[in-house]
Amino acid sequence: MKERIEICLSGAGGQGLILAGIILAEAAGIYDGKEAVQTQSYGPEARGGASRSEVVISNDSIDYPKVIKSDILLALTQTACDKYVKKLSKDGILVVDSSMVKEIPSVPAKIYQFPITKIAQEKLGTKLVTNIISLGIITGLTKVVSMEALKKAVYNRVPSKAKEVNEKALLLGFDIAKDMKLKEES
Amino acid sequence: MNKLKRNVELLQGNEACVKGAILSGVRFFAGYPITPSSEIAEGMARLLPQIGGKFVQMEDEIASIAAVIGASIAGFKSLTATSGPGFSLKQENLGFAIISEIPCVIVNAQRGGPSTGLPTKPSQGDMMQARWGTHGDHSIIALAPSTVNEVLTLTIKAVNFSEKYRTPVILLLDEVIAHMREKVEIPAPEEVEVINRKKPTVPPEEYFPFKPDQNGIPPMANFGEGYRYHITGLIHNQKGLPTSNPQEIDSFIRRINNKIQENVKDIIIYEKYFLDDAKIALIACGSVARAAERTVKLAREEGLKVGLLKLLTIWPFPSEEVNRLAQQVDLIIVPEMNLGQMVLEVERASRGNCEVVSYSRVDGELINPIEILGKIQEEIKK
Repeated sequence: MKERIEICLSGAGGQGLILAGIILAEAAGIYDGKEAVQTQSYGPEARGGASRSEVVISNDSIDYPKVIKSDILLALTQTACDKYVKKLSKDGILVVDSSMVKEIPSVPAKIYQFPITKIAQEKLGTKLVTNIISLGIITGLTKVVSMEALKKAVYNRVPSKAKEVNEKALLLGFDIAKDMKLKEES
Repeated sequence: MNKLKRNVELLQGNEACVKGAILSGVRFFAGYPITPSSEIAEGMARLLPQIGGKFVQMEDEIASIAAVIGASIAGFKSLTATSGPGFSLKQENLGFAIISEIPCVIVNAQRGGPSTGLPTKPSQGDMMQARWGTHGDHSIIALAPSTVNEVLTLTIKAVNFSEKYRTPVILLLDEVIAHMREKVEIPAPEEVEVINRKKPTVPPEEYFPFKPDQNGIPPMANFGEGYRYHITGLIHNQKGLPTSNPQEIDSFIRRINNKIQENVKDIIIYEKYFLDDAKIALIACGSVARAAERTVKLAREEGLKVGLLKLLTIWPFPSEEVNRLAQQVDLIIVPEMNLGQMVLEVERASRGNCEVVSYSRVDGELINPIEILGKIQEEIKK
């Protein structure tokens, strides 16, 4: 693993990006035993408006807590995609929700498209788990955290009545990413 | 092996403030929620009732600090938390706590200002307000953490300083530090140094509530414990009664200032990174110090002898340390998320021994390490 991995989770307020960042940081920092910092940026609105959550993961102590160049960028809206792709590293990975992002930017980074919101609605009956499916996808694609750690972190952070659906969401995301990886390799 | 039980948790800066406050003995919180400090009120509301403490959501920020002062007089270690607009409202009662020497802690999670400004964005625009926001000659203690771990340790320090010096202490967070989550090793209660205000050793009839001990600090009797005395915002004599005697006025004003100024060695906390051989120094605090730390590493990779003085105590200002540094280096750069507030103190303390330049950012974004490096390179070319 690279010394310092910078992850930007972006979209709109209400999509659960800040919680996703917390879960990812907790998985890396507490359960995988690495160093992790999570920060966030959002507007004064409760819903809508740009929202991003940033996670830095490292084996060493972390000085600057924010993303300089993302190694992994998740974009759940077109606006977020257009805005944060500028800070995506050229060897980075871009994961877009293709049910929300129609214009895919042409960047040297590796781009993965999944209709995340649509999958959430169709397979699990709620858009609320879009964030957790996204975490499953990121882990399936990159192994930035271990799946065991991520599971524990999801369990720790979601309300008890929502544990089951969130666990399903996590596995669903992980599996579609794995399938994609297999297709690439064959 | 350390047998003490330590939990490692991923905590937000504001949550670490709550943990630190409780560990240091805070049992009273009154506040009015405001972004980016609200999680402190939320955490206090959750935890204080479980441990015999009291949480009160007040009607506004003025009432909040008033309640905190009152609770402290009754013997409760007390804390309130706010952001810029609320910090402005608290200034009058902050002065009251200073003149009546009531220990309390005011957390200001700085956001962009003036006025409502930028509720969800970081700023360091209140550095000078923390020093001079309330009127009249006074000293103040203000601390500024730059990691979540430091939020916990400096909250404990803030409470301890307030008790030790009988003075309000300001904890200056910024939105980044307040909302950031990091791993924190939570100390076991038995390893935390807790300082309690000195209480009178004389019976009530011999008690002079504002008669200083040898350290310049009067022992404080809690209301309700049999010591009946007068507390006023007027300048007062040792009995606590208003005075117009020039000698009493002079010695009072000097004493409440000196009790802090004469203890700067105890109060001033800073950290040095790569300063031993540095020719260029960065001086930074809060979240900006995190950027500056990275800048030092980037600059060193380019062979530039750059170091960082990270300030954890902002007020009283570490003038002596900055002066020594100014004699060593050719240039000091002060990056801050304001139009140049701390740099004024750095200039004053440097006394012309080196060049001092400001690097400002006021667009609601955290200064990044690359732009500070750019500033260094620009200054070298000059």
